[in-house]
Amino acid sequence: MKNSKAKRKKKQPTKGAVTIKIDGKEITAKEGQNLVQIARENGIFIPSLCYYEHIDPPLGTCRVCICEIDGKPAPACMQKVKENMEVRVNTPEMEDTRKAIVEMMFAEGNHFCPACEKSGDCSLQHMGYEMGVSISRFPHLFKDRIIDFHPKRMIIEHNRCVKCHRCVEEVLTKEGKQVFSLCNRGNETVVGIDYEQEAKLTREEALAAMQLCPTGAILVRGKSMAKPFGDRQFDNQSVQKEEQAKKAVVEAAVKAAKEKKVIATISLAGCFGCHMSMLDIDLGFIDLLEVVEFNKSPINDIKKFTQQCDIGLIEGGCCNSENVETLREFRRKCDILVAVGECSIWGGLPAMRNMIPLEECLEEAYLNSITTVAGEHIVPYHEDLPKILDKVYPCNEIVKIDYFIPGCPPNPEHIWKAVKNLLWGDQYSILYSEFKYD
Amino acid sequence: MEAEAFSNRRAHPELLDTLWEYQNQHGYIRDEDLEQCSKEFDISSIELEGVISFYHFFHRRPAGKFTIYLNNSIVSEFKGFQRVREAFERETGARFGEVDPSGMFGLFETSCIGLSDQEPAALINFLPFTNLNTLKVRQVIAKIKQGVPIEEVCDEVEDNIRYVPPGKRAVFFREYFPGNAITKLRGLSPEQVIEEINRSKLSGRGGAFFPTGLKWGLCRQQPAGPKYIVCNADEGEPGTFKDRVLMNAMPSLAIEGMAIAGYAVGAREGILYLRAEYSWMKAKLEKDIERFYRMGLLGKNVAGIEGFDFDIRLQLGAGSYVVGEETAMLNSMEGKRGEARVKQYYPIERGFLGLPTVVNNVETLCAAARILELGADHFLKAGTATSPGTKLISVSGDCHQPGVYEIEYGMTVEELLKLCQADAPYYMQVSGPSGECISMADKKRAFSKEDLSCGGAFMVFSKHRDILQILLNFTTFFKEESCGVCTPCRAGNFILQRKLEKMKLGLAQNSDYEDIRQWGHIMQIASRCGLGKTATNTLIKALDTFPEYFEVKQSDGFNRKFDLTKATEAYEKFKS
Repeated sequence: MKNSKAKRKKKQPTKGAVTIKIDGKEITAKEGQNLVQIARENGIFIPSLCYYEHIDPPLGTCRVCICEIDGKPAPACMQKVKENMEVRVNTPEMEDTRKAIVEMMFAEGNHFCPACEKSGDCSLQHMGYEMGVSISRFPHLFKDRIIDFHPKRMIIEHNRCVKCHRCVEEVLTKEGKQVFSLCNRGNETVVGIDYEQEAKLTREEALAAMQLCPTGAILVRGKSMAKPFGDRQFDNQSVQKEEQAKKAVVEAAVKAAKEKKVIATISLAGCFGCHMSMLDIDLGFIDLLEVVEFNKSPINDIKKFTQQCDIGLIEGGCCNSENVETLREFRRKCDILVAVGECSIWGGLPAMRNMIPLEECLEEAYLNSITTVAGEHIVPYHEDLPKILDKVYPCNEIVKIDYFIPGCPPNPEHIWKAVKNLLWGDQYSILYSEFKYD
Repeated sequence: MEAEAFSNRRAHPELLDTLWEYQNQHGYIRDEDLEQCSKEFDISSIELEGVISFYHFFHRRPAGKFTIYLNNSIVSEFKGFQRVREAFERETGARFGEVDPSGMFGLFETSCIGLSDQEPAALINFLPFTNLNTLKVRQVIAKIKQGVPIEEVCDEVEDNIRYVPPGKRAVFFREYFPGNAITKLRGLSPEQVIEEINRSKLSGRGGAFFPTGLKWGLCRQQPAGPKYIVCNADEGEPGTFKDRVLMNAMPSLAIEGMAIAGYAVGAREGILYLRAEYSWMKAKLEKDIERFYRMGLLGKNVAGIEGFDFDIRLQLGAGSYVVGEETAMLNSMEGKRGEARVKQYYPIERGFLGLPTVVNNVETLCAAARILELGADHFLKAGTATSPGTKLISVSGDCHQPGVYEIEYGMTVEELLKLCQADAPYYMQVSGPSGECISMADKKRAFSKEDLSCGGAFMVFSKHRDILQILLNFTTFFKEESCGVCTPCRAGNFILQRKLEKMKLGLAQNSDYEDIRQWGHIMQIASRCGLGKTATNTLIKALDTFPEYFEVKQSDGFNRKFDLTKATEAYEKFKS
């Protein structure tokens, strides 16, 4: 490894000083220096994962350092500073793009930080924290990946690899042979390891490789968390300037704008148990009425919508055509739709009939039960009656459901905390006792 | 050495050829071959695995005595891909992606093989089989099983040259006498050659429109040497087959173009990078190269010009779309994974082996040869003032006359649709999946640098075709052909494919359409090379171009897959 570094550390010819602007701040640097490096030296945070000062030309693989360079989006690591270069790091678009790329990595890999040996020393996790990633906007891809225990000194955790290329470029044997290489292509791309070459590495070289990896994909056997929690590399402070860090803090949810929000509720193929639970906040209900009013709901017995509502709470799934129509009307009349309780989420108890053909069910209930007299009963059918569906459908198979509150029934605190959060953005946490049902 | 500073990995220009030898010997690359090869080139076996697994025509497991690659491009899909696919499985007894128990047949899908005018098409042991249908598949497989030599079973590929400009304004498809262009070099200085090309305003025919004369001039000025000329014959963009026709109809025209470029730039060696899908033309091209050597038009003192030595060799690709990107092609030629390089240097500064290299498309080089032969004035006669000359367009899809059209710049979409006898055209894809889609509202747009720039593919789809199927095919293609190096392209195409599948199931919401726009935009600005940057162009544009199609697909909160009538069908039985 040493050889290769020395070889690549070519002397840059001394060049004149230039002035560049980063987010309006004037900075003097030597012409041709790397932008990420210059920003770092001047205390300006440009997120990056694959950039590694020894590797020239830079890898440009992770794309996390994208900024506006002279008005055009481009990765900062690929820029050599030149006179009058104007860099904008923290524009809303660039912040969002960088965040999106990190979120993509979380959606593509299988990252379980609490169980990771590099947790707290992991650049990916660190970037996630610095950018305020709390959830990935992308659907998780659930790509099946392996953990490779074959190498002599290392364990390769493919679930965590972000394909930054650092190990491919930097980890070489004494004869200069590659230990790692990208294999396959497209979404099947993985970093493969050569067992034969890996065995030639010393323990120190293996540890250096582990350190080089920006995530926990390269582990060395027998090496676990190097430092206790609290002492790890990224445990204590943000690398961003304080004002930046402040900006990242969620704006206080002081949105309790004093106009009343409108709620509608309904029970479809349910037992009204969820509605009973809603009432179980007891006197809290009076406080609730200070800030919300109910439109169509069994609670006040309003049968028809009289206005557009902010939120609709649905209990029960759909077992007949009337349920379907009602649910669709709720979708039209409510901005946010929440499925409350198991029946609305997946069908619940009424869905027990889904294993039996409808015909058998009805015949058993109306024609063949022990209390029916042969020939005197029929299966009810009238154009005024709702039509029975072939099976019980969960609500999200009929309309788009925005949120789900599980439970049978969900705890009243759970329901109203969730509703308050949705309506006013109140921070909340659900206590263990509020969602534990056994 | 300069080359070493550019990349820490040594280049192995002979590696791809060596791997082909092993592949051809046993039908796949065995473990012992890998070991042997790793010793021979003194590189670790994982580096080799990395290279092998990048190209989809290299196999590490037996791929059958007869390896069948069926094209799964969108044109093929619409022309009966599914039925042909089933027929192959039925007749050979193998499943796609596998080999039959006897090891005789291996079935694989592959992206566009440049035969869009005669789909569905397949390659069997790299020989072409066109216009396939169930019956033909049965006959072909039966003959192979009887032991008829495959060379006798395969099809002759039609050139399908459908149109040339009237009034002898044609540049490409006109009478051709090999050597007429090269011999024009006599008495011209390299500067004069560049000047002539500059005067013709010839620009890159691959679709990027970089002025060819400028590129040559800049390369000529580079102090480093030796210099190289690379002919990009890797037209992988689905729906493009104009280079195939050019090379099949007049194989040596590109060779002349390379020699001319070599003379202008001061290069001594040219490399023709031929995509493996066109292996069936390899012998023909090599024969012509051979002939040129015999005629004194290649080798030492080319065409009798004292001191001008020029050699051409052919480099066979191994199956990868992204290698069509020039820097990826350079990597591939150096025996590496065909990943695009970071844009620190242009190929004219540091290209093949880190040395100044001109990479030109087949059509560009052929045009250059014609310009020298016929004079820039002839070239300027055709086309418009800003986009002079003619352009080859590969037309495929729902039209009665698929094939290659040599059009003059300035021709409108409407005129081309009429020429090719398009069938109720509704959706047109210009420049392949990475290009743009247009509707009949754009029919007055003209092919030119300023308006509708086209790399060479023009796919026509009638109003009976499902746009979502087209987009899903494109996105799947990009997902598989992404080199996998940068995050936005590798993960983004995968994510968007999932999104489109959701749409296909009827589960998409309005917000999903918004997501496609936003995520597509992130890929456009953040990806590392042209593949990722352009992969979502069509997807985003389609949403704007065909609102009437997507309106009915969008469910503003309602799941259109749920059918109330169907759900109550069982109950209706009780209606007395």
